[in-house]
Amino acid sequence: MTDTILEARDLTVYYRTKKGPVHAVDGVDFDLRLGETLGVVGETGCGKSTLGKTILGILPPDSLRSGSLRLRGRELLKVGPSEYRKLRGSELAVIFQDPMTRLDPLMTIRDHFVETIRVHEPNVSKAEATERAAEALRSMGIPQSRLDNYPHEFSGGMRQRIMIAMAIVLKPKLLVADEPTTALDVIVEAQILDILRDLKRAYSMSLLLITHNLGIVAEVCDRAAVMYAGKFAELGSVQDVFRRPIHPYTQGLLASTIHLQTKELRSIDGLPPSLLEPPSGCRFHPRCPYAKEICIREEPPMVEYRPGHFAACHFGRDFL
Amino acid sequence: MTNGPILQVEDLTVHFPLKANPIQALGQGILRQLKRSDPADLDDRIQHPRVHAVDAISFEVGRGEILGLVGESGCGKTTTGRVVLRLIEPTDGKIVFEGKDITHLKENQLRPLRPRMQIVFQDPHGALNPGMTIGQAIMDAFVVHGTADEAEAKDATLRVMDEVGLTPANDLFSKYPADLSGGQKQRAVLARAIILRPSLIVADEPVAMLDMSIRARILELLLALRNRYGLAYLFITHDLATAKFVCDRIAIMYLGRIVETGPTDLIFRDPKHPYTRALLSAIPVPEPGRVRERTLPRGEVPDAIFPPAGCRFHPRCPVALPTCGWEGRDFVDFLEQRRLDPAHAAPDESALGDLEDWRVAKFEARRRVREGDPAAVVGYVRSMLPQATESLANAVVGVDVDRDQVVVRFREPDPLAPKLVEGRIVECLLY
Repeated sequence: MTDTILEARDLTVYYRTKKGPVHAVDGVDFDLRLGETLGVVGETGCGKSTLGKTILGILPPDSLRSGSLRLRGRELLKVGPSEYRKLRGSELAVIFQDPMTRLDPLMTIRDHFVETIRVHEPNVSKAEATERAAEALRSMGIPQSRLDNYPHEFSGGMRQRIMIAMAIVLKPKLLVADEPTTALDVIVEAQILDILRDLKRAYSMSLLLITHNLGIVAEVCDRAAVMYAGKFAELGSVQDVFRRPIHPYTQGLLASTIHLQTKELRSIDGLPPSLLEPPSGCRFHPRCPYAKEICIREEPPMVEYRPGHFAACHFGRDFL
Repeated sequence: MTNGPILQVEDLTVHFPLKANPIQALGQGILRQLKRSDPADLDDRIQHPRVHAVDAISFEVGRGEILGLVGESGCGKTTTGRVVLRLIEPTDGKIVFEGKDITHLKENQLRPLRPRMQIVFQDPHGALNPGMTIGQAIMDAFVVHGTADEAEAKDATLRVMDEVGLTPANDLFSKYPADLSGGQKQRAVLARAIILRPSLIVADEPVAMLDMSIRARILELLLALRNRYGLAYLFITHDLATAKFVCDRIAIMYLGRIVETGPTDLIFRDPKHPYTRALLSAIPVPEPGRVRERTLPRGEVPDAIFPPAGCRFHPRCPVALPTCGWEGRDFVDFLEQRRLDPAHAAPDESALGDLEDWRVAKFEARRRVREGDPAAVVGYVRSMLPQATESLANAVVGVDVDRDQVVVRFREPDPLAPKLVEGRIVECLLY
């Protein structure tokens, strides 16, 4: 497929710890298409941030990776650190939850941009870099006059817009956003989500959006992947995943989300498992109201129950 | 015990003074001299800088009632929660707890009341001593305030652990916080609060740190405890959806003020204040393909050190009136916004100069014209005003030359007072 920008096959990431390996990402398959937004949603510790870090090549050095992860045909798991540095910025860029920790407090916004641009394009003059910075900032609603301000002189929402401007100034093909609005208030969050939505139209960029907030996925994403204990439980269009979920975990997660239309409080029994010793078979079986004997014994494969709608549940057919 | 409300708050104000160090203050004085601005011109907000965390708010919490205090970060909701328990000192106003004025009580007079007013924080991990077992932590509250002996205290602790779902209580009694999940820790914190049989719990974002799949259980527990003991909660949250679910009434806070108060169903069905409307429309909803019309307020919450004049929401309000409090710095903001548009940026800069050259003092913005004709600048300002928000443009009462300066003057805002509008209290000039 030529319009696939990112392709993961049996992608697995283990962290080494004193207590043994932590299976943070365990055999994940997906394709990310050109200009598409894929939301990866899950609860704390499900491995969604590890997935983001793997794509960006910023895992701790002693973590073990296997399987395959290709960016426009190129195997990312074989790219060395210095190569990766060149990829980041020009091919893939990132927006994190807390922009303040990513901006250097001693550098002006202009310096941040000039550095970012010139690392990748050393021949660009300072004036040209500034011009491009001003344009990127303007597109985020920040006037050029603030180029010489320091990060602390901006509000939280403005800092996040600066981060986005910096991420797109080199026109990358893939943007990874890890909880980009979690630190922001709801109105500013909505403003940033509007910006992200416009971005993929304006720059035909692919976006991998990692979040715990189902509402954000429904509003911004084309497809959604629901992650549980290091695995994808379900993958499909947001319409399918939200309106006719197959996996009991997705069903439970949707039911337990409190939103304005919530009539009745629901929760999922039990707790997310430890990734040190994940449950046998289907990892959701200890909390699943429909679990049967086979769920304890056998790991369910990802099955395409509807065109483009996958779920890893032995009894997926029952929920169609 | 009285039959009145558990908590009554009147015109409660909390300001935090900004402490400038002497060298800074001297520097500012010299700067002022250099710029030769007349101190009388200066805003009181600039001369005595302080954070207006909570500004003259009034509300009541009835017996067994859950009042939601909802707002974005920095709106003063957490400060309110703490000041009503006298954990921070009020600057002004009155706090009445169980019919007794506690505004000025000394700590030793407050202590006998403390068991009846409890607080639960957002982060249960931070609220529990890692070196104390869960049982000790809960029992400790009892021992500090109660007169029970050890055996009685332990009995009471095990009973209360059972009640909040920390079971088997006997096993968990000797566990440390690190052995518990986030939800269990929050249950332990709740157990510690209710063991003293309070009449009021201030719950500050009690489920914000918990995962979705277990939030509902903690909320259910809060509701069950209310039903069993007739507990009242001041439920502080930024999450309108959660508030909708648990609260009987809701107070919406913005920048230190309560802008709308009323029964939960009324406020959600038909919000009246433009800020409440904006908040409701901004919440992401897990329903793909839902077409929504929304006008998001532009910008962010302004600094609470210099809250806007008039209605504090006016600079961001989509339906503001000329009488809402437009002032000098709104004009400078307008100039800054215009510079985002490359078509305006260059001509504006040459005609009006650097934004930094504009001085603002309350209802005026002025700039010295060093070279050229001030009258020409006046003409330019007048010609661009029609492109500003209509209400801002209509609030301008004059663009004039004053010696070598250009002055843009705004009308003073109409007085703003809480009004009863269809069963709720709203503070907005639209009504």
